[in-house]
Amino acid sequence: MKRKDTPEEAAFRSEARSWLDANAELRRGEGDWSNGPRVHTHEAEAEYFDRCRTWQRTKFDGGWACIAWPRKYGGRGGSAAQEIIYAQEEAAFDVTSGFLPASISLMGPALMRHGNEAQRERFLTPLQRGDEVWCQLFSEPEAGSDLAALRTRAELVDGEFIVNGQKLWTTSAQFADYGFLLARSNPDVPKHAGISFLLVDMSDPGVDVRPLPTCKGDRHFNEVFFTDVRIPVSNVVGEIDGGWAVAKTTLANESMAIGSGRRGRDTTAALVRFARDRGRWSDPLTRQRVATAYTQERVLGFLQDKLQQALLDGRSPDVDGSVMKVLWSETRSLKAEIGLDIQGAEGLLFGGDAFDRGFWQELVLDRPMGSIGGGTHEVHRNGIGERALGLPREPRVDREVAFRDLKTSMDGGTSK
Amino acid sequence: MSFALSSEQEEFRDTLRRFFAESSPSTEVRRLMDTDRGFDDGVWKQMAEEIGLQGVVIPEASGGQGLSFAELALALGEMGRVLHPSPFLGSVVLAGRAVAHAASEAERSELLPAIAAGELATLAIAEPDVGRWDARGISLEATPAGDGVRLSGSKSFVLDGHTAARLLVVARTPGSRGEEGIGLYLVEGNATGLSRSRLDTLDATRRLARVELDAVEARPLGDPGNAWPALEHALCEASVALCAEMLGGMEHVLETSVEYARTRHQFGRAIGSFQAVKHMCADLLIGLEGARAAVDVAVDAVVENDPELPLLASIARAHCNEAYYRAARDNIQIHGGLGATYEFDAHLYLRRAKSSQQILGDTSFHRELIATELDRATA
Ligand SMILES: Cc1cc2nc3c(=O)[nH]c(=O)nc-3n(C[C@H](O)[C@H](O)[C@H](O)COP(=O)(O)OP(=O)(O)OC[C@H]3O[C@@H](n4cnc5c(N)ncnc54)[C@H](O)[C@@H]3O)c2cc1C
Repeated sequence: MKRKDTPEEAAFRSEARSWLDANAELRRGEGDWSNGPRVHTHEAEAEYFDRCRTWQRTKFDGGWACIAWPRKYGGRGGSAAQEIIYAQEEAAFDVTSGFLPASISLMGPALMRHGNEAQRERFLTPLQRGDEVWCQLFSEPEAGSDLAALRTRAELVDGEFIVNGQKLWTTSAQFADYGFLLARSNPDVPKHAGISFLLVDMSDPGVDVRPLPTCKGDRHFNEVFFTDVRIPVSNVVGEIDGGWAVAKTTLANESMAIGSGRRGRDTTAALVRFARDRGRWSDPLTRQRVATAYTQERVLGFLQDKLQQALLDGRSPDVDGSVMKVLWSETRSLKAEIGLDIQGAEGLLFGGDAFDRGFWQELVLDRPMGSIGGGTHEVHRNGIGERALGLPREPRVDREVAFRDLKTSMDGGTSK
Repeated sequence: MSFALSSEQEEFRDTLRRFFAESSPSTEVRRLMDTDRGFDDGVWKQMAEEIGLQGVVIPEASGGQGLSFAELALALGEMGRVLHPSPFLGSVVLAGRAVAHAASEAERSELLPAIAAGELATLAIAEPDVGRWDARGISLEATPAGDGVRLSGSKSFVLDGHTAARLLVVARTPGSRGEEGIGLYLVEGNATGLSRSRLDTLDATRRLARVELDAVEARPLGDPGNAWPALEHALCEASVALCAEMLGGMEHVLETSVEYARTRHQFGRAIGSFQAVKHMCADLLIGLEGARAAVDVAVDAVVENDPELPLLASIARAHCNEAYYRAARDNIQIHGGLGATYEFDAHLYLRRAKSSQQILGDTSFHRELIATELDRATA
């Protein structure tokens, strides 16, 4: 969309551009470091993460991190429109802050909205600067889609919470200094009413982070065990037992952040070049499928433009975040499947023996990142039906019952 | 349009929504499905005289309103919503845009006022059996004869071809190939040697005809022999217009589905609380949101004369073709047995959706255009 900048926006854009010119290199393409680590060794991932963090610090020190946050919380005090303009400019440069912006956008609003003055004072600046890295300690073996079924216990003893339990699928916990943790502080009330939102120091001796390789073989997430971890009451965000409201604030931003995120490397162009190299580009079926994927990718891009437009115009976003999330992830896996299919028998190979170092193979295996992480497709489709279309919820059996009386998968066997 | 309507555009849309709700209720649509002409002369006249719809994008100097393509798209959306049966797509969109792009200035000021006034014109381009809306599909030849030419051959899938007062026939100079030699020729509806017959159609709210030409006298328009780029532009615009119409249909279909899912009860609960039904509705919304954005972008490309228009038009077609058909099909599923009856309107939308996929180039045709565009972009 060719929307013209207002004079103020144009001035802001050129200010951003000159700062970027002075502090970053333009993108060149395939070999850019910001495309992510090329191999999944611990060293390569740690090095990539360091570069992400360095870039986040540079941004913060220059006044370009968290543009729309209030000044008193360390932001620039700017607008959502300015944030978009900055992101549009930054997209041309070989820089990224990796997953840091995701944790900043989950944690920041929760602290600003539900935290107390001391917590904001203590945590917000290092959060924005990437000096303290955060992970999301929500999911558990028995609580995924049904997050409020979580069992990790937080018992209040002499002004401290003693935490015991296990978290699962915790992205980047191996890099995290702090975690925001949902734990059960009262099992005698219905499940949503007995949860507290706690801030936990990951270096505490009772916290044990164990890497859990993903199906594609990288170290994206972890298991985190808590044994008698002591958390001062001053680290409760919001009310004791009132953590569900805080969790909702973080989750509300999550799907929109995923679906409307910056466009990564231009995989359709890569797909076409790859098909041509493999002698498949004259195959009508391949052409049709690539065109289908490209159509979907462009349509997603139009929706992202539309959301940005709404923000720039000061309107509220008029596309549901779950729509964005599902479409984003489906488009991504469609391209991955085509990229593998183009290879025929070569698609049997992996890693160094495969074309393009197995880029497409990995992308196929990475489907759960979009279809499960950040809420499964099914749960998002429920959300679209209920929130966006106003369809009735399913009848529920877990609303009024005390948490400790609920049936779980661990009660054994099949349900009656 | 830029993803949001101005208040004038909103008002325009609301007026049209009321107009078409009143003039094209389902009972009227069904009555007209059984008539030979397929539309109501009175309503058509009202559209031209009271709202000026046929002239919406025609310049004021040629008797139109001189509004933008965005208003044309809005109008089509409102027609698509109610399956308004009329020669609008053939006369105003196809013939109108072909004249606007391929005819000379003098010819435009002669022909466009008639279209704006509601006189029926149509574009005859695709041919029997081949059924392609591109240069490759045109074999009808224009043989020079005196000041004009004579046309012999057949055209088919011509929108309202049996009722149009004027036919704009696409033909090629003898011996030419591909995009070369293509011209646009005007044939009067009462010309000698012209015979036309109405065809039975899957979508009974749209009239198609086959046209036979036997040494019919025709008048060349614009730059005969070099008309393909202009006609291609007109066809891109027509595809965008068709998408706008499909979008209206899609909105209606989703609203119907959701309403039924909320109110129909089985097993003691609303069927919309069952995930199988809820997820179908969710997928329809995902398709619809994409269609809205794709149409907005494509309409903007027309308005701004964006060189990316051919690609954006094909992207919009490829997406809307799929999304509308799926919505129309699942709408029937959600309505159960009711959806399978002749009396219930759901199948009318299915017929419209399926037909819209096939006309002006089908989905694989547009995907191939997209692939060709990708060739160029990555060469
Ligand atoms: C790459 C990745 C990164 C992640 N990062 C984090 C993180 O940093 N922090 C964190 O806390 N969590 C994280 N998660 C966890 C993620 O949020 C959960 O995996 C997800 O919510 C699903 O929960 P589950 O795995 O327990 O599956 P379950 O909830 O057991 O789901 C199993 C199946 O049942 C279906 N299902 C469940 N409930 C319903 C329902 N109501 N309607 C229809 N179908 C249903 C699901 O769709 C799924 O198909 C991550 C997951 C992945 C894959």
